[in-house]
Amino acid sequence: MIQSGDTAFILVCAALVLLMTPGLALFYGGMVRSKNVLGTIMQSIIMISLVSLEWIYIGYSMSFGPDVAGVIGDMSHFALSGVTAAPSDTYATTIPHIVFMIYQCMFAVITPALITGAFAERVRFAPFCAFSVLWAVFVYNPVCHWVWGGGFLGDMGVLDFAGGLVVHLTCGVAALVACIAIGPRKGFRKRQFIPHNLPMTLIGTGLLWFGWFGFNGGSALAADEIAATAFVATHIAGMTGMLTWTVVEWYHAGKPTTLGAASGAIAGLATITPAAGFVGPNSAVAIGLLGGLICYLAVMAKNRFGYDDSLDVVGIHGVGGLVGTIALGLFASTAINPGGADGLFFGNPGFLVTQFIGIGIIGVYTLVISWIIIKGVNAVSPLRMEDNAEEIGMDTSEHSESAYQA
Amino acid sequence: MKKIEVITRNYKLDDIKEGLTSLGIKGMTVAEVKGFGRQGGHKEVYRGAEYQVDFVPKIKIDIVIDDELVADVVQAISNAARTGEVGDGKIFISPIDDVVRIRTGESGSDAV
Repeated sequence: MIQSGDTAFILVCAALVLLMTPGLALFYGGMVRSKNVLGTIMQSIIMISLVSLEWIYIGYSMSFGPDVAGVIGDMSHFALSGVTAAPSDTYATTIPHIVFMIYQCMFAVITPALITGAFAERVRFAPFCAFSVLWAVFVYNPVCHWVWGGGFLGDMGVLDFAGGLVVHLTCGVAALVACIAIGPRKGFRKRQFIPHNLPMTLIGTGLLWFGWFGFNGGSALAADEIAATAFVATHIAGMTGMLTWTVVEWYHAGKPTTLGAASGAIAGLATITPAAGFVGPNSAVAIGLLGGLICYLAVMAKNRFGYDDSLDVVGIHGVGGLVGTIALGLFASTAINPGGADGLFFGNPGFLVTQFIGIGIIGVYTLVISWIIIKGVNAVSPLRMEDNAEEIGMDTSEHSESAYQA
Repeated sequence: MKKIEVITRNYKLDDIKEGLTSLGIKGMTVAEVKGFGRQGGHKEVYRGAEYQVDFVPKIKIDIVIDDELVADVVQAISNAARTGEVGDGKIFISPIDDVVRIRTGESGSDAV
């Protein structure tokens, strides 16, 4: 039975989640050099188009179609067949099925866009598009089905409120694979890659945070108590992450920076994502603190490992998703959400083990399939820009545009 | 006639302009430039990674004046721009053969 309040809420949340993708484009765009700002923005923006199209034809059906052996949805919702204004029998039964579909579409859009920060400033547009669509089909859709669409991980009891596994862990693992496979930027460790416009990055941070209320709050799929809990936990973890990163950086590097504050906020928001609707406010503070601290350490550790994850997708999204999924195994409480589980701190160590199994399976699967897709795309059309084109910058060499006229 | 070329801190521009106009100097050319001297560059930190920014933003002021004004002008600029810290900048003085005002064709001191 359709509830107008739930429907209105999820429609607004879908719009909020959509806004995160251009927000991400600004977040990333400000951190690259000025010759690559449009190319970087384009890599996020075009996902709205490419992945939405993929989603309505096959993605939604693969993710949320009737389950086949716990592994994938069947093709009965091909081209949105049967996805109408009537509610689904299975998902979010108080809103039109098509509203659930478009809300989930926005998650599918932003996930491959998140990966682009890892290989910023050095890939060609056409093979990049091919990689992203293939990744959406062969990584995002199956993993989404396993956790949220009636697949085996959800059945096993793995919980992920709004995408700590489905969104952040998958994009973080793919980012690691991609930046190693594609190689570092020309001049890595010899030249300086200074962010060209941090105010742009901060505007992006604000838009991401704003959108995150739809991302996490809306994942309750109703305008109810769980949505309220998730909304509040989201804000609490974001602000705790920001403060933690700032304080740690101030102590460790000598000065608090705006990029640090922004990074800490995103780390806290990413970390709370899997847990948002399952934990209370004090747990959210603890999770934001862990997110800010551990993601800071992860970003510092990058320099020791020597891979060029240009904009720290692994350190912030991958590690944030990982830490949040584990933290859910610690802090989840059925007193907050009776539909969830109790974590280790609430007397149920078994749930933590379940979460680790989810992380292991999704991590390994994403790693292997992302590697195969990259190698496959590379064999047909090299992802890497030619040296000269990379020097000129993506804006001119890939798009014949420049962001700033002298 | 002499050309006075000053390279100094950006934020000293207004003080220098005031000092010079009070001496009756009627025009100047100002450019934003980058470079380094003994001050060197400065360090910036992004997500814990340190970057050395070698070229420090400065301003360059060019004026052309009659010879007898040189001592006063140099004094006025020094007074306005001096902080006593490294990076105050330099004043270069060089001879000028002639000056022509394009609009009227006047030359020499009349054209300054």
